[in-house]
Amino acid sequence: MSSRFRASLLVLGAGALALAACDREEHHSRAKPIGETVPAGMSPSTIFPGSSSQPPLDPRAELYDTNANAISRGQQLYNWMNCVGCHSHGGGGMGPALMDDQWRYGSRIDQVAATIAEGRPNGMPAWRGKLTEAQIWDLAAYVSSLSGLPSKDAVSSRAESMSAGTPQTLTPHPDTTNSDAAKQ
Amino acid sequence: MRRVSSVVASIGLLCVASAALLSCNKNPEPPSPQPQTYAPISAGAHAVPPAAAAPAEDGNWTMPGKNYASTRFSGLNQVTPANVRNLALSFTFSTATTKGFEAPPLVVNGTMYIITPFPNILYALDLTRPGAPAKWTFKPNPAAASQGVACCDVVNRGAVYDDGKIFFNTLDGQTFAVDANSGQKVWSTQLGDIQKGETITMAPLVAEGKVLVGNSGGEMGVRGWVAALDEGSGKLVWKAYSTGPDMDVLIGPDFHPFYSMDRGADLGVKSWPPDAWKIGGGNVWGWISYDPELHMIYHGTGNPGPWNPDQRPGENKWTTGVFARDVDTGKARWFYQASPHDLFDHDNVNELILADIPWGNGRRPVLLHPGRNGYFYVFDRRTGQVLSATPYGYINSSKGVDLRTGRLVPAEDKMPKAGRVTRDICPASPGAKDWNPSAFSPVTGLVYIPHINLCQDEGNMEANYISGTPYLGADVKMYAGPGGNRGVFTAWDPVNRRKVWEIKEDLPLWSPALATAGGLVFYGTMDGWFKAIDARTGKLLWQFKAGSGIIGQPISYRGPDGRQYIAVVAGVGGWAGAIVVADMDRRDPTGALGFANAVKDLPMKTTAGGMLYVFTLPR
Repeated sequence: MSSRFRASLLVLGAGALALAACDREEHHSRAKPIGETVPAGMSPSTIFPGSSSQPPLDPRAELYDTNANAISRGQQLYNWMNCVGCHSHGGGGMGPALMDDQWRYGSRIDQVAATIAEGRPNGMPAWRGKLTEAQIWDLAAYVSSLSGLPSKDAVSSRAESMSAGTPQTLTPHPDTTNSDAAKQ
Repeated sequence: MRRVSSVVASIGLLCVASAALLSCNKNPEPPSPQPQTYAPISAGAHAVPPAAAAPAEDGNWTMPGKNYASTRFSGLNQVTPANVRNLALSFTFSTATTKGFEAPPLVVNGTMYIITPFPNILYALDLTRPGAPAKWTFKPNPAAASQGVACCDVVNRGAVYDDGKIFFNTLDGQTFAVDANSGQKVWSTQLGDIQKGETITMAPLVAEGKVLVGNSGGEMGVRGWVAALDEGSGKLVWKAYSTGPDMDVLIGPDFHPFYSMDRGADLGVKSWPPDAWKIGGGNVWGWISYDPELHMIYHGTGNPGPWNPDQRPGENKWTTGVFARDVDTGKARWFYQASPHDLFDHDNVNELILADIPWGNGRRPVLLHPGRNGYFYVFDRRTGQVLSATPYGYINSSKGVDLRTGRLVPAEDKMPKAGRVTRDICPASPGAKDWNPSAFSPVTGLVYIPHINLCQDEGNMEANYISGTPYLGADVKMYAGPGGNRGVFTAWDPVNRRKVWEIKEDLPLWSPALATAGGLVFYGTMDGWFKAIDARTGKLLWQFKAGSGIIGQPISYRGPDGRQYIAVVAGVGGWAGAIVVADMDRRDPTGALGFANAVKDLPMKTTAGGMLYVFTLPR
């Protein structure tokens, strides 16, 4: 490896680091109080007859989306509340996969929060009243992070507990569909 | 000398047959796994089913096990190793479902009945008319939310026919009786509660005027039970729990377990931490057999909950064992615990085949049981004594079964402990064999075991009990066991306790087996090959590629035209096929409770879809 190449790698690395640092969460310790409700009415649909666009994103979304603190708290809740039993670490099983790019009930974080709060008819339980609103948003932040959308800087580099799986930072993206995945 | 020459002759015949096969078969064949032969079949007396539990062949197939002895053996013999290469498709039928299809078709006097996975549709097909058109369709409309609390795909393992009615269970915990002629509901009884995570996936058994049903939910902290409903009215006759006080388990003065480990008052309470038995599993989701002479039913019990064993110190009675119960009262007669304080989700619900085996100068009534923990058990079915427990797959998680105490001897180094990941546990959680039952041929005396060869890594953590959600506390990743083949089809001699031949399959074997008097055995693979095997030699004689992977029970019946038919429903799924039918993401090795990692290639090899295939010989 030539030294110039190495140097440019270094620069690249520093740049990425700087970039990531900008992206990193803001801890809203003095944020203005927010209404303690999950957007119950947030529709899982994307078709709104008679109007041209979706309702605006819930203003709380920015406090949770790609926020490392929220993702970390959400990951803990994900295990504690047994989400992991159905959705595994994002791959699915009893419940649908969460790490892929298919969203039955909407990919926006406020739609994910609404799905957690209200449940869905094919077996998703309704958690409203069982978790606080902030916990539901934390969970939504973690679930959104499983899809690989946020920066890897925001997600945890280790599992919350003993795991036979791989840390989220090492998840290969995107899913490979060729036959080499068949190799054990 | 004569024997030698006959061997030579039969080898000659075999060559001719295989040469014929090669020249006649138009289907492109993938490289077929060759059987490995271990020992010749003993010429002496072999195991046979008791006549009272396995009546003479009538051409029908009225219950999943074929008979109370659960032989899955058809007495029809038109299709033989010599002519099976001509076996051809007769008709098909789409089930309009895309979930795992584990159930067998039933055939009763010219009508075929098919029960689908959720939404549990019951079809009746008229076999007397060309193409077997539908006579009627019955839709029980089970609750959609039940799909979210079924651990391992939304399967149904079969219906049963008796006395003019078809009986089956729905995923949301109901038992239905439907008039076999009209397709009208006769009665339905709600037994399970999906709010607790309780579902029903098993096939009922009808005996002595009672419909016997058990629940599922061992991954959701559901307390297991088996219940008897009155065949005519659907009213509850008795219900026996797998955990809790003796009163609830129907343990009384008639209960005489063979081993001291299973004796004592209220062990279903005392072998658990306080109140843990209330959410302790032991579900009866597998198979029930019946001995009409002893008047006893036999059923297994599932894994204890949660999977994390640290949370339930004790032997966790009466999970992972076998119960013998009086059919009229449900009262327990004996019990044997295969895995006291189960460490690996080794449910003990696999089939219990009734057989009478040579013993001394006479015969001994036994149960043949290829257990999930990897041992082929032979029980005296009168007492529950273990006569033998022989490994039929690769095991390193235990060191054997002590026949004096009946105890499984665990391997210390494979015991999962909190705070570490235990690696290379064999067999994995689905065991050396899961739900898919073996066939037992009285012609060869062999048990044909479709099974798996998987190992796993497991990390445990504290599980919280929240009703209606999973109660596991284990993070699992499975992969192929020694040899790399994930499936095995083994012909087992239960008298001499040894493998006679085996066929290694690349993918896990998740379909049950069928044996026929013509000298054939049938099974399907998860990539959709339906195979006919020579019952004596293990040689692959014929195969057909179905549209989806096969995990369904093949059957054989005599059609209204007098010909022998072979039927199977394809439709990949189940725990092993969840990665396909639930459209899972293959990057997570822990998906589907860790099974996903072992079958990452399956989505490239098959797609979902239920379809009945029926074969017969050309006229």
